[in-house]
Amino acid sequence: MIKTALFRIKDKILNIARKKSPWVLHYECGGCNGCSIETFACLSPRYDVERFGMQEKGNPRHSDVFAIAGTVTAKNKDVVDLIYHQMSKPKVVVAIGACAISKGIFHDAYNSVGPVDKIIPVDIYVPGCPPKPEAIMDGIIKAIELLETN
Amino acid sequence: MDDKIPKCNVNSDISNSIPIGPQHPALLEPEYFNIRLDGETIIDADINVGYLHRGIEAALEKKDYVQSVFLTERICGICSSHHTIAYCGAIELLHGAEIPMRAKYIRTIIAELERIHSHMLWLGVVGYEIGLDTLFQLVWRDREHVMDLLEKISGNRVNYAMNKIGGVRRDLDPKILSEISKTMDIIKKQVIHYIDIVSKDNIVILRTKDIGILSKEDAKKYSAVGPVARASGIKYDVRDTGYEAYKYIRFDVITETKGDVFSKVVVRAKELIVSSDIVKHCVKHIPKGDIYIKLPLIVPSGEVVTRVEAPRGELIYYVKSDGTNKPARVKIRTPTYANLLSVKTMLIGHDLADVPVIVVGALDPCFACTDRVTILKQTGNEILDASNLRSIADKKYN
Ligand code: SF4
Repeated sequence: MIKTALFRIKDKILNIARKKSPWVLHYECGGCNGCSIETFACLSPRYDVERFGMQEKGNPRHSDVFAIAGTVTAKNKDVVDLIYHQMSKPKVVVAIGACAISKGIFHDAYNSVGPVDKIIPVDIYVPGCPPKPEAIMDGIIKAIELLETN
Repeated sequence: MDDKIPKCNVNSDISNSIPIGPQHPALLEPEYFNIRLDGETIIDADINVGYLHRGIEAALEKKDYVQSVFLTERICGICSSHHTIAYCGAIELLHGAEIPMRAKYIRTIIAELERIHSHMLWLGVVGYEIGLDTLFQLVWRDREHVMDLLEKISGNRVNYAMNKIGGVRRDLDPKILSEISKTMDIIKKQVIHYIDIVSKDNIVILRTKDIGILSKEDAKKYSAVGPVARASGIKYDVRDTGYEAYKYIRFDVITETKGDVFSKVVVRAKELIVSSDIVKHCVKHIPKGDIYIKLPLIVPSGEVVTRVEAPRGELIYYVKSDGTNKPARVKIRTPTYANLLSVKTMLIGHDLADVPVIVVGALDPCFACTDRVTILKQTGNEILDASNLRSIADKKYN
């Protein structure tokens, strides 16, 4: 009894900690880069995602949120899968842009095997071509809420 | 006695290879470098691109001319308007049509605004890579002024959809024109401030001076284009050929002689000033008149080549038409593709820690543009030489 209660408390503390400082991993897997530069623009002083405790991190093993942009190309398929499985649980995937959601304008390009949710499970979709930084931030904030309920 | 002692080949014994990418903190886009090291020094580098190959050239052949403009715009989000200028220019050339003067000026303004936002993006990322986050934050703060302008003009921050076959889609009213020229003053003032930071700051100097040197001979040998070539002393700028409104504008082509990353930083920073001057000139001298002419949907048969100076260098479009409403073949040569060959020369002899600085700082790579030719085989690597590629092309188009 006491043990489970202790575990529950530990989980709660961990969740609070996670919510306060989620680390975001960004990967471009075959779009036009438009979504990537808008995701990077979130780091600039105008939008400043770091005020929510977020940090853009390059290491999948440290990250909680996987922000992925672009239609998945054949060569990138395994890479995306590998990155997803390298991330430790709990993890949330945010698909940014029309490409990631539905292959967008590249729907008839022979080398795109996406969309992203065909390869890995996606939790949040941010539509737009490209979405504005505000929308991307909103998506990531929703992802953090999801992280807490997980 | 002597021959009993095994010969020690220093390089092969203690050298090891470090894979960088495809997903790596220092790289914004997926690309893969296999770096061979002797201690800390790079002795060889193997570059593997193609992670962003989507098959755009093949997809372009399936779309009609009007639709394909939107696809060429999304080849690369950072130089989107240059792609459409080159592509629409090619189709206008096939028609033998001349677009109205006002449209030419508007295209030039958008193209130069794009160069400013691209160079600023790059300058910020260089700051980020060399550990000078202040520069990153500073530059990206000011870059938002240009992004705001582009959004006000076109309604989107990245893919503006301004160019269409025969002209431009939206006009610039006097209010926005005066706003553009005001913003250019701000940008110019800020860029002078950055040049001041860059030339005095110890972090920048220590991490970029004498790093990644590309001599003039090597730049010529590997056919480098754009700021990479100009930093090595080659005065080559396609804007000199006078496409769009550049014919009516006098501007300097910035060159440096040393060819290291620092000269590339200086070239790009000074180009920001030149670009803001060009925009101001265009705003002042923009003629009145129509912004587009109507052109038929069927394009006369023929083949043309157009060249423009994208932020990263010379961008070439080849368009072949067979007299229908769809292009028969579109071939695109992007600047990063031309510059990629010189990366190996720049890397060898430097430390592992310099890789991001050289790759991002010197090259300003854009792999979304570049990755358009790959042969994917499930079984191992296949290396294709010129004759293989030729026979594949012959098989496809005959
Ligand atoms: S959704 Fe649009 S802007 Fe984003 S990567 Fe795809 S084409 Fe580019």
